[in-house]
Amino acid sequence: MDAIFASLPQYWDGFLRTLFLAAVSGIIALVIGTLLAAMRVSPVAALRGFSMFFVEVARNTPLTIIFFFAAIVLPRLGIKFDQFEVAAIIALSGYTSAFVAEAVRSGVNSVPVGQAEAARSIGLTFTQVLGLIILPQALRTVVPPMINIIIALVKNSSVAGAFFVLELFGYGKQLANEYGDKVLWVLVGVAFFYLLITVPLGILAHFVERKVAIAR
Amino acid sequence: MSSVLYDVPGPKARLYSFFGSVAGTLVILGVLAIAVFTLAQQGIFDANRWEIFYGTEAPDVWNLILQGLGATLAAAAVSAVIAFPLGVALCLLRISLVPWIRVPTQVVLEFLRGMPVVLMMFFVLLVFATSQFVAVVAGLVLYNSAIFAEILRAGIQSLPKGQREAGLAIGLQSFQSRMIIELPQAIRRMLPSLVAQLVVLLKDTSLGFIVGYEELLRKIQIMADFLGPNFLFPAFFMGAAIYILINIAVSRLAIAIERRGSKKAAGGVEHATAAGAVPTAK
Amino acid sequence: MKAPITRRKSLLVAAAAALALTLSACGGSSGSNPSPVQKPSFAAGSSMEKLANAGTIKIGTKFDQPLFGQKGLDGKPVGFDVEIGKAIAAKLGIAADKIEWVETVSANRESFIEQGRVDLVIATYTINDARKQKVDFAGPYYEAGQALLVNKSDSSITKPEDVKGKKVCSVTGSTPAKTIVEKYGAELVPAATYTACLEPLRNKQVVAVTTDNVILAGYVDKEPDAFKLASDQTFTKEPYGIGLKKGDTAFRSWINDQLEAFAKDDTYKKAWESTAGKVIKTVPSLPKIDRY
Repeated sequence: MDAIFASLPQYWDGFLRTLFLAAVSGIIALVIGTLLAAMRVSPVAALRGFSMFFVEVARNTPLTIIFFFAAIVLPRLGIKFDQFEVAAIIALSGYTSAFVAEAVRSGVNSVPVGQAEAARSIGLTFTQVLGLIILPQALRTVVPPMINIIIALVKNSSVAGAFFVLELFGYGKQLANEYGDKVLWVLVGVAFFYLLITVPLGILAHFVERKVAIAR
Repeated sequence: MSSVLYDVPGPKARLYSFFGSVAGTLVILGVLAIAVFTLAQQGIFDANRWEIFYGTEAPDVWNLILQGLGATLAAAAVSAVIAFPLGVALCLLRISLVPWIRVPTQVVLEFLRGMPVVLMMFFVLLVFATSQFVAVVAGLVLYNSAIFAEILRAGIQSLPKGQREAGLAIGLQSFQSRMIIELPQAIRRMLPSLVAQLVVLLKDTSLGFIVGYEELLRKIQIMADFLGPNFLFPAFFMGAAIYILINIAVSRLAIAIERRGSKKAAGGVEHATAAGAVPTAK
Repeated sequence: MKAPITRRKSLLVAAAAALALTLSACGGSSGSNPSPVQKPSFAAGSSMEKLANAGTIKIGTKFDQPLFGQKGLDGKPVGFDVEIGKAIAAKLGIAADKIEWVETVSANRESFIEQGRVDLVIATYTINDARKQKVDFAGPYYEAGQALLVNKSDSSITKPEDVKGKKVCSVTGSTPAKTIVEKYGAELVPAATYTACLEPLRNKQVVAVTTDNVILAGYVDKEPDAFKLASDQTFTKEPYGIGLKKGDTAFRSWINDQLEAFAKDDTYKKAWESTAGKVIKTVPSLPKIDRY
């Protein structure tokens, strides 16, 4: 226990960095993922193709390898960042946006066909149908899976610890080395701070799920 | 579905769309070409960096990669085989009608879902003094059984109420109705999500590095480290290629199952896509 | 539908070729194979006797520490730590191929010893008081020191004080990483391996990479045109010890005796020359054994 209290400043620093990575990557991933899903159902073949290709590749590559490309290959291409957080955010949001896109797409599919038909029959264009009618309904049904994706994102940010960003898990490893005799307590501390983010999100997911269910 | 969203494009729209597509494709190809060129200038694609895959060291290198691949597949297969029935059990407990079974299960599921898999592997290794393989499998099983349980629960709850009512009406007990009527339908309905979660599980084996389990990615890192900085890029490019090939194969399976499922249930409720899976690390 | 079939075929061919290559590969063993002592005798009930009777020993080492403990392409670890392990095993009458090498990472060395998962840990394991609470140390068998690796063109950094407030890369959770932050006020950029650290250094995203001098020397040796050591001086002392179960004093003194014997005959020198000596030519002398 002492090990945890003695290292609270480190835990806190790591916790904030993890929260920051997850929040920024999460927002970017939601935007890009929704765009990708919109491209996926659009009339333009090239957009559909690009979206499908991106999602397939991002979803099927281990995050570590995506991090490798963002943190090590990009600088070699001349795209250098002063802050390594940028590379971590690129990797995390790129990876997560693929999952967001798939969730939104399934949400779009779950909106009854009549909605789109009605919208078109009153003369709305594709952008209007999607933006005004389909997506607002789709997004509501995909909130619970979306929160699950964000929970996973929070935990995934731990990979950044191996790629130049000192976050919660990185501090955990550092403390485990320092307190070799109290590794378990150190890990309990790390787990606590992760659960501090993920459990409230999980509860929120259940809450929203129930709300949506009642609304139907 | 998508065709419902817009009119069939006319000749003009098709023309715009065509030129737009060509231009977009050219831009993407151009960017890729510049990237490849820049890397080539730094000698990344020089033959001497890649000869680890066909030169004198190739037998050892491929041996290492195959060993890693075997370890990855073994851990994934064993974890999946254990996690699935456990997920079914957790799902049944989670939707139990008895509050003192349902609520604690929910708490446990919430905990399992919220814990990083790496940490769980580490706990198991240190607390129970298991082998690395067992620690990796235990971590994956704990996490994925929780996810499987959640997916199946969503599947059961999406079934029409009449299914269960009919089951009870013909005299089945609650548990029998779950096992015989509801679960089989839920599994079929959620198959794409379940298989997509398998891809995630497969990728998650790479988290075993934390307990020293030598799966594919770890072997690749060890190899790159041993061979030296020059071979970092070839090793990782090869690793990316192998993972993408395997996972796309598994994903294809998911899509094939989805198609087959949709045909069988033609006209039925909309089907969940592979989106139910949760992206975990690596 | 022809394309996928051809692709599958070519994949199969590739896999078969890989298999064939694997089968034809002969186990290119690296490192030495000291001949084991025949039927050594030890006090009844001692750890030495148990290990000698078992005919096998589990040694924890690192698999990613260049020159000290690193897994080779053939799957066998190589390095100075490994050579010391083999020499000790030989004195117990255990041949090198009867040693079971277990990967120990920084975070599990103590617990592996306590749980008896390994008999010894020889893993660039710095002796310190916190660790002595949980395990016992034989040795030290080598004294490393922390140093800085910088770009060849960079002359602004010559001592650790120069990196104050600047970005320095090291491996997550390693002792050098802690030192450079806490003692010298650098901003830590953590990485999974030292090889990964070289990339941001090359790109000038960090000013230095820090860890024990011997490891850094290995990178200078591989790329003398790109990197150099900031200084030949080290700024910490890292006595590497051999970790074993707490309270096993007989085993500890016996290992200490062996280490001193290795220094007298050529075992220690040979172990060095075949591993770390490829980069650092001067053979170190065995540090004074800490018989606490």
